[in-house]
Amino acid sequence: MTRGTAAAGAVLCLAGSVIVHAAAESWLTPPSPDVQSVLYVRSASTMRRLALDYKGIVADVYWIRTLQHFGRERLAPPPHVRTYALLYPLLDLTTTLDPYFSIAYRFGAIFLGEPSPGGPGRADLAVALLKKGLASQPDKWQFMQDLGFVYYWHLQDYKAAADWFQRASEQPGAPNWLRPLAAVTLTEGGQRASARELWLHISQADEAWLRDAAQHRLAQLDALDEIDQLAPYVDAYRRTHPGQPIAWERLIAARLLRGLPVDPSGTPFDIDPATGAISVSSSSKLFPMPGQRPEGPR
Amino acid sequence: MHAASFVALATFRESVRDRVFYNLVLFAVLLVAASLLIGQLTAGQDVKIIKDLSLAATSLFGLCIAIVVGIGLVSKEVDRRSVYPLLAKPVRRSELIVGKYLGLLLTLLVNVVVMTAAIYLVLFYLARGVPPNIQQAWDAPALDPALLKAIALIYLELATVTAVALFFSSYSSPLLSAIFTLGIYVIGQFNADLKQFDRIVSAPAAVALAKGLYYLLPDFARFDVKLAVVHGQPVPVAYVAATAAYALLYIAALVCGAAALFARRDFK
Repeated sequence: MTRGTAAAGAVLCLAGSVIVHAAAESWLTPPSPDVQSVLYVRSASTMRRLALDYKGIVADVYWIRTLQHFGRERLAPPPHVRTYALLYPLLDLTTTLDPYFSIAYRFGAIFLGEPSPGGPGRADLAVALLKKGLASQPDKWQFMQDLGFVYYWHLQDYKAAADWFQRASEQPGAPNWLRPLAAVTLTEGGQRASARELWLHISQADEAWLRDAAQHRLAQLDALDEIDQLAPYVDAYRRTHPGQPIAWERLIAARLLRGLPVDPSGTPFDIDPATGAISVSSSSKLFPMPGQRPEGPR
Repeated sequence: MHAASFVALATFRESVRDRVFYNLVLFAVLLVAASLLIGQLTAGQDVKIIKDLSLAATSLFGLCIAIVVGIGLVSKEVDRRSVYPLLAKPVRRSELIVGKYLGLLLTLLVNVVVMTAAIYLVLFYLARGVPPNIQQAWDAPALDPALLKAIALIYLELATVTAVALFFSSYSSPLLSAIFTLGIYVIGQFNADLKQFDRIVSAPAAVALAKGLYYLLPDFARFDVKLAVVHGQPVPVAYVAATAAYALLYIAALVCGAAALFARRDFK
């Protein structure tokens, strides 16, 4: 076989494999079972040893896997059950390999505590991860602020939240709004105004995903404000039409409302025909609202 | 030592002929591809990850060269029988060993210098156009001069690995030399465990042996400041200087050992 024949043969075979691959892809749909991601090494300390001199780059690989796992779970359509089972182990591996990987701790703080279907609803693991971060970077005020946030938002422990905001404010380089936030949290914990203030500060973060999370929460707070504004109209309808089922169309017909009320994501609010209770629709991007539990896997 | 410099230059030319520097093309492709893709995958951590990737690649590519070329430094000459005309010339065996070692060090130096330039170029490309407030949030500036400390220690680590490979190559076959060198490299990563052996073993003899091995085997973990540098943590100049002194003494011991072993070899 001459050199030219061999080269031509290689090119032809490669072209043939491309054609067969493309044809098989369009004719035969490969089976796509709902396969869960697998984590072969779960022990962070073992992986730290296996990584030898390359802990930084291995941590980066686990960080990218964390983002992919979170994104895949969050966007998976039914019947996939969103468990986010690997989120904490992946973040633990990332931060054990690279204890200074600040963004991994902060990502965990925001999303580990998030209730299903937006996250695994494990505020305890968010606290554990942030405390692990503080063990390696004891004066990192951002971690203390995030701990305050987890206690405030997910655990509704306003005393602990205020304590962490206070501790954060005492660290070098901490912004001056943390001290008043600690005071506001202590006196008005659980009130919407203080929550809005907290999220407004987080929405100034440098990381785009953190700003997005804050914008989402601010939109939820706006939705709660709108529900409060709609409630008097529903009450007025109930007073003037006792015993009748309540629906937005009826309120519009009674000229109490001009149109279908929608939440900040553009989805119409739900209304309970019997009680008149207003809530964010389960099809809304803002669902579930704080304290609102989904009825089942979405 | 004039003869050693000739051997060193010949070794460098040979590595150029053997296309050792082709790895630089792979390194460049890896960095450019990563700099284009990584931003889409990493939620704003692209500069950190490019630094991690470039330092890891510099170390890994260098390690491959140090081991693959290092184990053949002497044994290849013996296998090819080119050692006979060499030794017939006015070159002492020790000069041959030192020259071979310096030649490979020069190869590694050129490699590391070109890689360093490529790293700074890619980081400059990534950082340009990023608003100052975002840059302020980074643990360390993109074009951080402290990266040079990590790169210098990588080079010293590679120099030590090369010395280990040369030592084994001076009396053993290439395959065994590769296994031994790789083994010493891995053991050197866990050296600190030997120091703390008394925590798990109570036998005084075993503890004393572990302590002895701790000081005898190369402590490669000392050379790794990559994470600290990437996160803008301080790496004192005194630490770099002490590690450099440690490396130089260790290398000197290995090269002298290799020369002594090579001097005793019988080529009849």
